Parts: sequence; structure tokens; C-alpha cells
Amino acid sequence: MLARPERFFEDRFGLTSSVLERLLGSELAGRVDHADLYLEYRISEELTLEEGAVKKASRHVSQGAGIRAQSGERTGYAHTDDLALPNLEEAARQARAIADRAGASAVVAVGTGRPHDLYTLAEPPISAALDRKLALLGQVDKAARAADPRVKQVIASLGSEDVVVLIATPSGWTVGDVRPLTRLNVTVIVEENGKREIGSYGGGGRVPLDFFLEGERWRRFTSEAVRQATMKLSAVEAPAGEMTVVLGPGWPGILLHEAVGHGLEGDFNRKKTSAFSGRIGQKVASELVTVIDDGTIANRRGSLNVDDEGVPTRRNVLIENGVLVGYMQDRLNARLMGAEPTGNGRRESYAHQPMPRMTNTFMLAGQDDPAEILRSVPRGLYAVNFGGGQVDITSGKFVFSASEAYLIESGQVTRPVKGATLIGNGPDALTRVSRVGNDLKMDEGVGTCGKDGQSVPVGVGLPTIRIDGITVGGTQV
Amino acid sequence: MLDLLQDVLKRAKERGATDADAFLLEDRAFSAQVRLGRVDTVKHAREQHLSLRVFSGKSTAAASTSDLSRASLERLVDEAVSLARITAPDELAGLPDAKDLARTFPALDLEDPTGHDLSPEDKIELARRCEGAALAADPRITNSEGGDFADRRAHYAYAASHGFAGEYSTSSFSLSASPVASENGSMQRDGWYHVTRKRAQLDAPETIGKIAAQRALRRLGARQVKTCEVPIVFDPDMAATLVRHIAGAVSGPALYRGASFLLGKLGQQIAAAGVTVVDDGTMPGALGSRPFDGEGLPVRKTVVVDQGVLTSYLLDTYSARKLGMTSTHHGARDGAGVTVSTTNFYLERGTADPGDIIRSVKQGLYVTELIGFGVNGVTGDYSRGAVGLWIDNGELAYPVEEITIAGNLLEMFRAIEGVGTDLVFRDRTSAPTVLIGRMTVAGA
Repeated sequence: MLARPERFFEDRFGLTSSVLERLLGSELAGRVDHADLYLEYRISEELTLEEGAVKKASRHVSQGAGIRAQSGERTGYAHTDDLALPNLEEAARQARAIADRAGASAVVAVGTGRPHDLYTLAEPPISAALDRKLALLGQVDKAARAADPRVKQVIASLGSEDVVVLIATPSGWTVGDVRPLTRLNVTVIVEENGKREIGSYGGGGRVPLDFFLEGERWRRFTSEAVRQATMKLSAVEAPAGEMTVVLGPGWPGILLHEAVGHGLEGDFNRKKTSAFSGRIGQKVASELVTVIDDGTIANRRGSLNVDDEGVPTRRNVLIENGVLVGYMQDRLNARLMGAEPTGNGRRESYAHQPMPRMTNTFMLAGQDDPAEILRSVPRGLYAVNFGGGQVDITSGKFVFSASEAYLIESGQVTRPVKGATLIGNGPDALTRVSRVGNDLKMDEGVGTCGKDGQSVPVGVGLPTIRIDGITVGGTQV
Repeated sequence: MLDLLQDVLKRAKERGATDADAFLLEDRAFSAQVRLGRVDTVKHAREQHLSLRVFSGKSTAAASTSDLSRASLERLVDEAVSLARITAPDELAGLPDAKDLARTFPALDLEDPTGHDLSPEDKIELARRCEGAALAADPRITNSEGGDFADRRAHYAYAASHGFAGEYSTSSFSLSASPVASENGSMQRDGWYHVTRKRAQLDAPETIGKIAAQRALRRLGARQVKTCEVPIVFDPDMAATLVRHIAGAVSGPALYRGASFLLGKLGQQIAAAGVTVVDDGTMPGALGSRPFDGEGLPVRKTVVVDQGVLTSYLLDTYSARKLGMTSTHHGARDGAGVTVSTTNFYLERGTADPGDIIRSVKQGLYVTELIGFGVNGVTGDYSRGAVGLWIDNGELAYPVEEITIAGNLLEMFRAIEGVGTDLVFRDRTSAPTVLIGRMTVAGA
């Protein structure tokens, strides 16, 4: 449906390459270290099924431009959602004002290689026929209600979007991307003897609608939501205090995102406000641990052909055999730290300026049999599903909240426990990883990361791991 | 703006919609961040957004756009109307009864017409003074995430096909500092802020900066404590997070989905007798006030919890009909249509001096920050990461971190043993200091 990004903005808004060059050239050239213009057009759609029918449907269009000028550590940023030329010129003047306040060095604005082609789809999910989407949601509802008589409420939603972006710099260099994204989410409320519980599951990625039909993936999402909700009905109080924790594969990789990921973003390290500042080359994890951030995995939610500054994404090794080897960078922080941009400059939309952000963050698989890892634990917690997490970058303290967890007693997984928050210290937590499984799994494609009020889609992955000591925030003393 | 909305509604009717309503937001915002005394980021923003909801018989759909050109608005109407043809009918869907609409709008004094007339340089200077005061407060303040000034001017307009049309403007101003303290190789960040609708009412930059520095400094040397069950004192900002959980649980959509731990508890004692929770959209100059709700209904003051007894839910028209009740005028627009939101939501001031509350605790925790999302809205089970100060024999003794506090919200509200006199309306949700008799602290 959507043409090449360059043609798209030209056809729809008259923003030809010469117009863009004039905007950036005359307004911004000469007095800045870096300047760019980011154009974005986004169509999104949300269908929600509730009480057996899709009663809520919405469609949204947003468009806008963000113009940025950087000089030394200073950034001027202006954005507008009115793409008429006078507005863009005003935005360019506002962005440039920052550079006028002090002298700057010469213009450095270069592209860094060719974009990838990770998610070209014959039919993007936003374009798929509505009746197919309604049918999919209807199947989810029927399957959930058939799965267990205790299911009282089924809320299924299907969100899809297509985002066209174009990034231009004063040197006339432009790069664009068309980014499809979809996500199916299933939430069920179950009730038994007056006790209610909730279970949620879902997935997606930069994939076509058929993704949910392959191998009846939608059915697996649905039965997982029902299984989690009914399991919780019999959950006992979670333990409180420090103990051995085994994390299951996949989404529990949120541990990496919170414990080390944010702390390895370039901005905090350039400002020296991260608990990981100045620790390149030092041991920050057990030698069993290698952590990667990779924006180049085809069709994944966290992947990008180019980041939001036009830099092609890469596979960046952050921690190698326990040693900190790299940070994630956007252009500004790379320039100020004398490093290369790593393809991690991301933004929520044109209304936000880019920052170093994660893409798909995971730990490489190890040697151990997951079942054997569980058997090695005399007493502990086995956590397999999580809600969100958060980190204090400066102190390094991070949390992530288990939504499905079990006690391990004498090497056996026994009773389910209520949700509990796990809390640890980023630079320390991964040094306690004593076993790494051979079962690396990426999450299903549901992650959204928030930083400074900006949300971006991300992925995580993890093999089964054993952590010898982390604080579990239950109620059972 | 109202003319534009009327045109959109007229077109929706022409295209076959039986009813429609539309909401338009226009805003201009500026922010400046200074870091270590130097300008870090200056941002200018200009946004507009029109959202349309249409009813086709008993079916409904919504669409929104930031492109207000004629062609784009025509597409918007067509898309909304065709989407409404595929959604399932819902007997309860529809606009509120016209007789309930707001006819007069209270003068809420939400705008500061002259407050925005500061040059970017002067705004930057406010941020610089704020951060500067934090940096100068103590030699152990060694770094900073910056000082920030922001102002925003917004205009809201709402019109519906049964005759409602209204609009209003707001201003907001904020100033904050986020210093980093360090000692013996370890760092602690904290911050302080102030947000107002009138620039002249902003606290002095130096005051905000100094408080931010004190907050970061008092965290230095934080340690874990042993796992235990103790009384917990929530500072006013953290007590406000507890009150927000009440707001979530009494909101119509959570209730009719059966996803609230307060379901079926209307008229019951859900909290200690000292707990009264109010939502008041009519407070002049307040951050959460508005002249009418997202469906054109007049705002008012609603007592949600009266001396511990749950007395009202927060409902929009649809969720009220689902529950067989009437709207409490808490509709708010979101992209997909109408949802429920609070206005100024607060825990009423109590009778205890906050210092006396702390002195009443022999061993316990004074919570100053909570992180993470470990709250189950269906069961009320609660487990969050915490930062604070340990209370030893009634004194704030030393900072603690890397701990969690856990319990169940319903049990926690019933165990509130003290409510402070220190209620200040600093945000849309506010509370004074609160003491909860017993919770689990997990640590080393």
C-alpha cells in the first residue's frame, strides 16, 4: 500500500529532496555538528473483542516532522504535525537557535552503510482484510471459553500499524524505512468460588496477519492465557527474602533489559550517571554470560532496517564471557564519546528526539540441560512469566515482576506462588549466574520499553538460567 | 475550532452516522534542559489532534488524525463510518442523555495568559538556577541528569451531534532538578519538581534545587535490611501512588470486566475509618480540573471513599449503563473513544502530624520511592521495589534500598493507622503521609 518512503513524502506532501535540502541546507548547515530532519507517517488500527463480539474498532493517522540541530553537547529540537513548508521552516529556525548561541565545529554528517531488508511483507498486517481479523478474534474468544468453564471474560485485541519514516541530513543524504508491526493479545478473567484471577498472553512482530494462523499460534496464545489465569487461582503466598532463582527461557530475558541493558545505553555512560560508567573491560557477569543486542533479526518486534537516525542496525555484543565490551550508542553520544553509532538511536515518534535504546536483547545459550538446572536447586523459585520491570540507572537497582512462578523444593517444581517482584543490583546480579541452559528462546513479541516518557517496541531472549541469590518480594517470611 | 468540529459531525451524519462526537486538541509546548550549567536540549513542539467517534445504530467506531486538512478529515469520517459498519451492535452504546449535558461552564482559571511570555533564554535561566542550586548544595553532589523547565499551552474543544459544544484552554509550567550524589564510589540519583497552571505560583528554582539535592544526599550509603514484617510510612508522593490504585479499581471498565479487587464492594468498609478519598474536578486552578468531562457532562465533586466506606465508582456513560448505574461524569477521551479518568483525586488530610507518625514507629520503613509494576488489579496483590529510610525508635536512621514491600491492597487500606495533615495538591493525584500497620519487607 505504501510506496518507497522518499516518494511517499514527495507525493503526499510535496516534500521533494530539493525542498528537504533547502530546509536543512540554508537553515542548519555550517554552524552545527549534526543536523537532521525526520519525517514520519503512521497508520494504526486497533480491534477489541469483548463479551464475544468486536464492539470497539479504531483507526488513527499521525504525521509529523522532527528537526534537530546539535552543537557540542547541545541539542535543539522542534517538531510539528503540520507538514506545510512554513511550519517546517519555523521548526528549523527554532532547532537552529541552539547552535547560534555558541560556535560549533565543522559539519559531520555521514551515512554508515546500507539499510537491511528485514521485514518486507507482501501484505502488511494493517492492510489485511478486516473480516479476516474479526474472524481471528472470534476464534480466540470461542477457544478461550471452550478451554475452561471458569473463564468469565475474554478480551482479545489485535493492533496493527505501518510507519513510514524518512531521515535527511544537510549533506543531502536520505534514508527511509517502512515498518509494519502487529500484535495479538489475549486476556482472560477466570472465577472460582468467588475468587477471580487474570491471565494475559500474546505475541506478534513485523509480520503478516498469517503469522497468527501458522501452526495455530493464536490457539497457543489463548490456551496460555487461560492456563496462567487458572493456575493463579491455586497460587500460595510467595516467599520473601534472598534465594536461588531459576528463570525460564524467553520473556524472563526482561532481566537482561533491566539489570544491564539500560545501564549500557550510551547517554548514561557519557554523562557518567550509570552504575556501569567507566567499566568497559571489567568483569560484570559470570563467565557463562554473553549478552547481545541485535536489531537485525528478521521480522522481530525489536528489529529495524535502520535506526531513527538512519544508521543501519547491528548485532552488538554488550557482555562477552562476563566482561563488559560495549555500550549502545546513538549519534550524539557516539560522537561525544569518540565511539561509533551502533544503530541504537531510536525514538517513539517525530515528537521525540532519539536516544540510545535497546532492540532485541538476549543471552547466548549455554551447555546445561534445563531440567538438570532445576534439579540442582534444593530450595528456590522457578519464575517463567513476568509483567514489567524498571531500573534505577544510577544506583543500579532493578526490579522485574513475576506473574507466573513456582516453588522449587528438593529439585522439584512444586506449588505455584502469587506474583512477586524480584529486586537486584545490576552490576552484581549477573555475576551470580551459575548455570546457563542450552534452550535460548526469544520472547513472543510483546515488549514495549519506556524511557524518559518514550515507548518503543523491543524484544528480549533468554535460555534457562540459575541465579544464586536474588531478593524475592513475596509476603511469606 | 468548534466550527471545524461541527463540519466533521455534519459530514459524519451525511455519511450515515446516526450520532457522532469529536474532540480536538491543539497545543504548543516548550522545554529546556540544562546539564552541569550548560544548555543540553531545547525543544519546541506544536501538535494538533482530532478524534472522532461515530455511532451507526448501536454500532460504534473511532478514528483520529493529526492532519486537519479537508481531504484528511473527509478520509477520517469515511474510515470511522465504514469501521462502524463492521463492529457488532451494543445495545448500551451511545451518547449520554442530552438533558444531562453541561449547560454552563464553571470559571476554573486553568490558563495563564501572560505566563508563557518569557524568552527561551529566560526559561533556560530558570532551569539553570534550579540545577545550580542542587549542584551548589553540597560537595557530594558531583553530577546531574539536569535541570528542566517546561511550559505548555493547550486548547481543547468538544462537540457532539446532540447539540453539545464547548471548549477551554489550559496552561502548565514545570521546573525540576535531578542531581546525582556520590560518596565512597557509589552514586545515588533523586530529584524534585513543581508543576502549576500559573507561572507565578512555581516554587523558586533554588527551593526546588535544594530539595532535590537533599533527597539525593539522604540516599547515600543505602543498604539492604533483613526480611521482616514492620509498619510502613509512605511519604505524600508515595501515598498518592496507593490512592492511584484505588482510582484504577473503581474505574468503570475495570469493574464491568470483573477486573477489580473492589468489585461488589460498594457500601462496604474497604479502608480504615480515617480514609476519605475524593475526586473533585471543580477546584479552581488545579492540574486535574476541567469544565466538562469527555462526553460533555458537568464536572463535580465525588466522594469515592467516605470514612473507609466505598461510596462511589468512577464511571463514564457506557460503563455506567453496563453496571446499571448512572455516569459520575468521569468520561475522558482516548484514541479509541471514551475511557474513564480521574480529575483531582486525593486522600483527605487526616489529623496526625507527619513527624508524630514517624515517631510512633519503633522499627519500620519510611518509603520515598517505589519502582516496578508488581500490582495485580484483580486480586489487589501488591509487591514493589522500594527505596527509603529505616525508622529506628521513631527516628529516620539510615537509607535503605534493594528491598521490596508486599501485601494486599485491600488489607493495606484496612490497616491504615495514620493519615497526616500534610496534604498538598502537587499533582493530579495527591495524598498526605500515610502509615500502614504491617507489611512484608523483603531484603537480605
